[in-house]
Amino acid sequence: MIEMKGISKTYRVRRREAGLGNALRSLFSRDCTEIPALESMTFTVPDGQILGYIGPNGAGKSTTIKILSGILRPDSGTCTVDGLTPWADRKKHVARLGVVFGQRSQLWWDVPVMESFGLLRDIYRVPAADFRENLERLTALLDLVDLLKTPARMLSLGQRMRCEIAAALLHGPKVLFLDEPTIGLDAVSKLKVREFILEQNKLCGTTVLLTTHDMQDIDALCSRVLLIGKGRLLLDGDTAQIRAMAGENLSTEESVADLYRRFGI
Amino acid sequence: MRKYWSFFKMRLMAGLQYRAAALAGMSTQFVWGAMEILLYRAFWLEHPERFPMGMEALSSYIWLQQAFLTLFALWNWEHDILEAVKTGSVAYELLRPGDLYSMWMARSAANRLARASLRMVPVIAVSALIPAPWGLRLRISPAAFGVFLASAALMVLVVCAYSLLVYALTFYLTDPNGIMVVSVAAADLLGGAVVPLPFLPEGLRRFAELTPFASMQNVPLRLFSGDIPLSQAPAALGLQVFWAAALILAGYLLTRNGLRRAVILGG
Repeated sequence: MIEMKGISKTYRVRRREAGLGNALRSLFSRDCTEIPALESMTFTVPDGQILGYIGPNGAGKSTTIKILSGILRPDSGTCTVDGLTPWADRKKHVARLGVVFGQRSQLWWDVPVMESFGLLRDIYRVPAADFRENLERLTALLDLVDLLKTPARMLSLGQRMRCEIAAALLHGPKVLFLDEPTIGLDAVSKLKVREFILEQNKLCGTTVLLTTHDMQDIDALCSRVLLIGKGRLLLDGDTAQIRAMAGENLSTEESVADLYRRFGI
Repeated sequence: MRKYWSFFKMRLMAGLQYRAAALAGMSTQFVWGAMEILLYRAFWLEHPERFPMGMEALSSYIWLQQAFLTLFALWNWEHDILEAVKTGSVAYELLRPGDLYSMWMARSAANRLARASLRMVPVIAVSALIPAPWGLRLRISPAAFGVFLASAALMVLVVCAYSLLVYALTFYLTDPNGIMVVSVAAADLLGGAVVPLPFLPEGLRRFAELTPFASMQNVPLRLFSGDIPLSQAPAALGLQVFWAAALILAGYLLTRNGLRRAVILGG
């Protein structure tokens, strides 16, 4: 169970006008602007749910994921994931957590994927039997047989993403955060990734928190959607509700765009 | 412990892939070592009595330095870590159940050991065959060899701890290049990479021997070649222990504090 209560986070960004004069001036006095990334964000995710977390760029999605992963400390508010406060109990918390950042890689670039998996096994201290079982299941579901012996740098994006997802699940986490896992993938890979997420959720009861800009991901996977904008929670419901709010016969994609406009975010 | 062994294996395997680089590196080290010895030979033949080190000790120093170059040299940075801090993929490392500083330490040490283990064998094997006083002298008492090993281990700690301090500073700076360039230059001169410390003018040598850089390759190389006698080893090793402890403490605190204020930018 994930619980977030009144979480706020503000970033300080240094700004200056363009030009040499202003650059010199900024040597002596820097203007800081405070940008609220999250404002008293509150929600609860029960075990085994696949939750879609959507909003325009800069809405605070990644900030939320970072706080929930224990990488970032919020300025205020409380948050627990299965009873642990992510940033305070980081080591214990991350041992039970799997995270995939679609735009970053956790595989070692120069060595075959299997070597990276072996290192992850040792880092997480996964018992040999569990590791073998997880690996077999993931290899079958994600179709990795031929990929395991290939260096990560030789994989296509779709192949690599399947390996990244497997890498995040080798230690059998109960909670999985996926930050734009389908970004840049072709149709076949996208379908495969979606199919797998459903399967994993059904088989292992894994709680999944998914951020994406691809509304088809949301349609295919999420029983519940949180829409956020400018750091605030704007809507908590399912895709049917979103479409109903937008009215007419719009697709989820068009409905969401319509909501973004209507909320002015 | 298992974790650290894994890092070492990973590095070794990654290193084994770059056959061309290892080959090129090795031949460079042969040529470089030979050239250095030829250069010192010219001075030595002129005035052997004014040489601050024995020629045989100097040759051993140079060959061993070449054999363990990637283990000893400060410029052998772990670019993956620097990149991780700069680009934010350090986020992934924070998702691992472990202390970031000790994981970095394991990675740095593993990287250096793995790289050196590939290259040292041919350099040592060949230079040991070169006749005295131009070759590597392997005759060393078991006690002296034990002290050398201890000092080499401390050296790896000091070099890694210094590198980690620089990586930790990357949390606070936009670009750590300036510090890296200055550090490498200082380490080259004060650590006995350009010339062994006994060749420096008296005042500079005294100063250099107190800096952390002298606790790097200077100590184990001079112990092995016999330039530092066993009787002076405790003082040299003591200073190494001090610098290792001080650098580890500073790096650990900087990393901890850096993480606390770190904001991983971008989506």
